Amino acid sequence: MEVRVSNVRKEFATFPALHDVSLDIKSGELIALLGPSGSGKTTLLRLIAGLEEPTRGQIYFGDQDASHRSIQERNVGFVFQHYALFRHMTVADNIGFGLKVRPGATRPSKADIRRRATELLNLVQLPGLENRYPAQLSGGQRQRVALARAMAIEPKVLLLDEPFGALDAQVRRELRRWLREIHEATGHTTVFVTHDQEEALELADRVVVMSQGRIEQVGTADDVYDHPTSPFVYGFIGDSSTLPVKVENGQVWVSDRPIGLPITSGEPDGPATLYFRPHEVDLLDDCGGCIAGTVVASRRVAGTRRVELEIGGGRERVEIELPIEHAATQKSRIAFRPRRWKVFPTA
Amino acid sequence: MSTTPAQAGWRFKAPSVIPGFGLTLGFSLAYLTLIILIPLAGLLWRSASLGWADFWAIATDERTVKALEVSFGTAIVAALVNVVFGTIVAWILVRYRFPGRRIVDAMVDLPFALPTAVAGIALTTLYAPNGWIGQLLMPLGIKVAYTPLGIVIALIFIGLPFVVRTVQPIIEEIDKEVEEAAATLGANRWQTISRVLLPGLAPAIVTGFALAFARGVGEYGSVIFIAGNLPYVSEIAPLLIVIRLEEYDYAAATAIASIMLGLSFAMLLVINLIQSWSRKRYG
Repeated sequence: MEVRVSNVRKEFATFPALHDVSLDIKSGELIALLGPSGSGKTTLLRLIAGLEEPTRGQIYFGDQDASHRSIQERNVGFVFQHYALFRHMTVADNIGFGLKVRPGATRPSKADIRRRATELLNLVQLPGLENRYPAQLSGGQRQRVALARAMAIEPKVLLLDEPFGALDAQVRRELRRWLREIHEATGHTTVFVTHDQEEALELADRVVVMSQGRIEQVGTADDVYDHPTSPFVYGFIGDSSTLPVKVENGQVWVSDRPIGLPITSGEPDGPATLYFRPHEVDLLDDCGGCIAGTVVASRRVAGTRRVELEIGGGRERVEIELPIEHAATQKSRIAFRPRRWKVFPTA
Repeated sequence: MSTTPAQAGWRFKAPSVIPGFGLTLGFSLAYLTLIILIPLAGLLWRSASLGWADFWAIATDERTVKALEVSFGTAIVAALVNVVFGTIVAWILVRYRFPGRRIVDAMVDLPFALPTAVAGIALTTLYAPNGWIGQLLMPLGIKVAYTPLGIVIALIFIGLPFVVRTVQPIIEEIDKEVEEAAATLGANRWQTISRVLLPGLAPAIVTGFALAFARGVGEYGSVIFIAGNLPYVSEIAPLLIVIRLEEYDYAAATAIASIMLGLSFAMLLVINLIQSWSRKRYG
C-alpha cells in the first residue's frame, strides 16, 4: 500500500513538532526515518499510525484520505521500542490478539487463529514458544513476538518505532539482517524510525533524514552519503570535517589563498563552509593551491590514523584520516586537497 | 519476573550477600509471636476450655450464625462494591488531570484517619429516615439506616482507601504503549479495558478486595451506630462478642471470636493462593 504524507504539520500545545512535512512512500518499500532525538521522526511515524492527529495536512493510504480515520480503522502494524507485549497473555495469545478482537463476522475460528500464530512464530524464527509468557523471553525474542503480533492482522503498512533501540549491539545486528529477510519475504510497506545511521543506511531502500521537525533529504543510502544536500545531512551522516572558507571568482579561498577547488555548481560568492570526508583527501607535496596545516594531534582509530591540523592564521582545526603506515604521519606539516567536497553558504 | 521453575518443596531461601538473614528472621518470628501469635493462641486456649459440646452449641446458636452471616455477608458485598468504584477512583486519579485532583486524592485517605465512631454517626445522621439522604430514599421504600444495607454503606466508606491505594500504583505503572498496541491491533476501548488492562490489574484488585474485606469483617466503631443492632437482622459478630463480654460470658465471647478468626483466616488464605497463582503466571 502506498502512503502519502501531504503538508502535515503537528503542534503539541504550541510547540511545533513537524513543519509542513511531505513524503511519498511507495508500495513494498522499506523506509527509514533517521534523525537525532527531537527531530520529529517518531511523531511522523505516530501520525501515519493514527496515534496522533495532524494539526494540518493529510495522510493518504493509497488514494484514500486516512487523516481522520481512527487507529483501529487504519489497519497498521505498529511495533514499539519496548515491545508493549501483553504480559498476562501467552505468546500465542499475544499474536492472536488482533484477530480475536475482530467483530464476529470477520473473526477467524479459534483453531485458525492458533494456526496463524504458529505460522508467524515460524516466520520470526521462534518455533515452539506458543505457551511461554513474555516475561520468560529475552529482549530480542520479545521484539520478534511483537513483530509477529503486528503482522498477524495483515496490516497495510508496518511501522516500527526504534525497534532495536532497547537491544544490545550483537542482537541488533542480527535482527537487522532478519528484518531485511522478513521484509523481502512478505513485501509489507515498512517504515521504521531509528537514530542509528548505520542501521538506516544498511537496512532501508530509502532513508529520510530529519532534523528539527523538517525533512532534510530523502534518498538511497548512496544518495545521502555521497550527495548530501544540506549541511545538516553532511554533518549527521558519516564523519565530516568543516572549514570556514570564502567563495570568490569561481574559486574556494582559505585566508586569501585559493585552494584549488573550482566552483562548478554555482554557489554564490561570499562566506561559506567547506565540508569533506576526512578519509577522502589527497596529500600533496608542494602547495600550489591546497590546504596546508600544522599537525597538532594524531590519534589511532581502529584501522586508520586521525590527524588534526591547524590551518592558517585563523587556527581553524580540521581532521583528516590517513593510513596507519603513511609517511605523512611523521611530518609536522601536511598539505592536502579534498577529493570530494561541497561548500554551503554561511547563513 | 520469575524465569525459574516452580520451587520444589520447602526450602530456605539462599542467603544473599548481605548478612543478617538469621538475625532478621529471628527478630521477625519473635515479633510476630509477641504481637500476633500469643494473643491469638490465648484466644483459642480460652475457647478450648469450653469443651466441644458447648462450643458447638454456641457456634450453631441461631443468633451467632445470623451475626456471622451479617458480618461476612456485608463485608463481602462492601468489598465488591469498593473493588468496582475504588478501581474507577484510582483510574481517574492516575489518568486525568483536573482542578482539585490533589484534594480528591487526599480525601481518599480520610476514612483511614477519621475515628470510626465519627464516621458511623455522620452516616447515620445522613441516612436516618429523617436525614438528608434518608428522607429522599424513604419514599422509594429504601431504608438504609438500621438495616444491613446501612452496614454495607459504613463498610464501603471504611474500605474504599484500601482498594484505591493498592490499585493506584499499579495503574501508574501501566505502560501507555500497551494500550496503543491494543488499539493498533484493532481493539476498541472496551476490549482494551476488559482484555488488556483489567487482567493486568487483577492481582492488585484482589489484594485490595482482601484488605477491604478483612477491614470490613473486623469493623466495629462505625457499624454499631448505623446498624440498629437488631439481633438476627443487623447485629454484627464483633458486637455480639462485646455483648457476651458485658454479660461476663467470656467463654462464649472467645468462641465466637475463634470462629471469626478461623473463617477470616481461611478466606484470606484462599485469596493469597489466588494471588500467588496469578503472579506465577504473569511474572
